[in-house]
Formats: sequence, C-alpha cells, structure tokens
Amino acid sequence: MEDLSLHILDVAENSIRAQAKKITIKIQENRSKDLLSLDICDNGEGMDQKTLQKAVDPFFSTQKSRRFGLGLSLLSQAAQMANGHFSIQSQPGKGTKLRATFQISHLDTKPLGNIPETLTTLMMGHPEVDFQYEHKINHSKYSLDTQNIKSQLKEIPLNSPKVLNKIKKNIKEELDNLRRQK
Amino acid sequence: MPKLKIQDLEKIREKRKRTTMIREGGDYRAKVTVHMGTCGISAGARDIMNTLINQIEEKDIKDVLVTNSGCAGLCSREPMMTVEVTGQAPVKYVDLTKEKTKEVFEKHVLGGNIVQKYALGKGSEKTDYGKE
Repeated sequence: MEDLSLHILDVAENSIRAQAKKITIKIQENRSKDLLSLDICDNGEGMDQKTLQKAVDPFFSTQKSRRFGLGLSLLSQAAQMANGHFSIQSQPGKGTKLRATFQISHLDTKPLGNIPETLTTLMMGHPEVDFQYEHKINHSKYSLDTQNIKSQLKEIPLNSPKVLNKIKKNIKEELDNLRRQK
Repeated sequence: MPKLKIQDLEKIREKRKRTTMIREGGDYRAKVTVHMGTCGISAGARDIMNTLINQIEEKDIKDVLVTNSGCAGLCSREPMMTVEVTGQAPVKYVDLTKEKTKEVFEKHVLGGNIVQKYALGKGSEKTDYGKE
C-alpha cells in the first residue's frame, strides 16, 4: 500500500464484508505530540478471541478464496515501521475497533494519500452503509456523516456520480482549509 | 464547522428529480463490479472505481450500476472488474489501467461488445497462467 488512505479503504472493506452497517473513521494529527492516529470502528459481526489473535497473521484469512490475509498485517507493519503502534479489539456480535498510530516526522510514515477518493469509493460501492468521518488537525476538526447527507438528498441516491464528486470536492477543500489553520 | 452546504445538495436534488438513478434490484443496462480486496486496492482498484464514476458523470449515464466486491482469488491479475450486461454472461477484465477501463466502459458497458484483449475469460473462470 502506497499510503494510509488505501489502508483505510482496505480496512473499511473488511468491515463491510463483516456485515457492518456503520463505520466510523477518525484521524487525528497532533503536531505538538508529533503523533498521527487512525481509529476505525465498525458494528459488524466481530471476531472471537481465537480469530482476533490471528488477525494480523499474514498467513491467516477468514476467506476461502485464498490462504493468506495481508490487509491488517500490512497496516500493523506500517504503524510499527513509523515508530507507532497497532491494536485491535473485537467482540462477536458487537463489532471491531482498531487503532494505528504513527510518528508524523518519522521518515517511514506513509503519506495520508487521497482521503476524499477513499471515502467516495466506499460510498459508491456501499451506499447502504453509513460512514462517519472525522479529521482533526491540532484543534480544528472536519466531520462528515453520510446519514445526514442521505437525509438531505432524500430520494436521490448517495452514489449518484454528481453527488459523489461534490462530496469529494468538499472534503478536499475542507481538509485543505484545516491544514492552512495554525 | 464548515460542511457540505444544504443548498448544494438541494441544487443537485432539483436537477435529478425527474431522473431516477438505478439501485440494486432495479432495472439496469449493466452492472460493473470492481474487486476491492487488499490485492486490488494495492494494485490500483480505487483509480478504476473513480474512472468509472467520472465516466458515468461525464456521459450522464443513469442505468449502469457500479459496485465493489472483495478478492476474487486472482491477486496477480489485479486490478480487476467484472462487467455484467443484463441478460449476458459476466466478463472479468484483468490487469486494468485507467485507459483500459475507459475503453471497456465505452465498448462493452455502453456498446455491448466484449473487449476480448483485456478479458480473463468469457463466462467461465478459466485462468491463463502461462501468459504471466
């Protein structure tokens, strides 16, 4: 994976495969602590202790199409490489929560990448799932909730390309604004 | 907290009121599935998805359904997508790029003609390992 936005897309796709109906993605960039954290939480079917222990093992997968599962092991490696940590918690029937942290100034910290495209790709493929996105840079915050957007759109589907491109532009502009603030 | 303006969404809503976008289960000309497993994503599936979104907007198409699925077990041939024109056998396209995706969209999704040179196999799931 080239950047963190692709890891986010990958993990969210895991959640959807686990029947999640709501996925919360939270990014916090704290410059004074030199810390970037990524929290993803879903209300999917969750994992039991045995599965959870093997979740970051690259030679384990719950899928039958192949005998390896690289997604979580790659994210965990990306965090460790960047002087950060990776942790995952899960409860069968409740959902899964994961957290990855990165040292912002570390040479091996991957760039954030294209967050707007990751979010619109998820909305296009899974308009029935609710996505909550929160991005905090120091003390300023941007947030987006597809449930709100859907209620404003009424009968227009969230995955109409016109709507998605508008959302993509909005996320990009607002994140750029956050970055310009001190 | 600056947000998506309600007026913006209202505007789109007005414009789209009389045109119904298709949904899963509705009537559509074709369904395109982009494979979004870890393998697909790291090989560029997100670009393929966004190329499709832009093609649909550019050409103002309302009866093509685009969706995501997971790994199809052919990781070395990613990015992949499956095109299913209603009433016909699904076709898997492999080793995609933005340009190939545009070509397949125009010729197969809209035109109904399979682009054989990018297809993995027509109908069945035969693989051609010798080619790699």
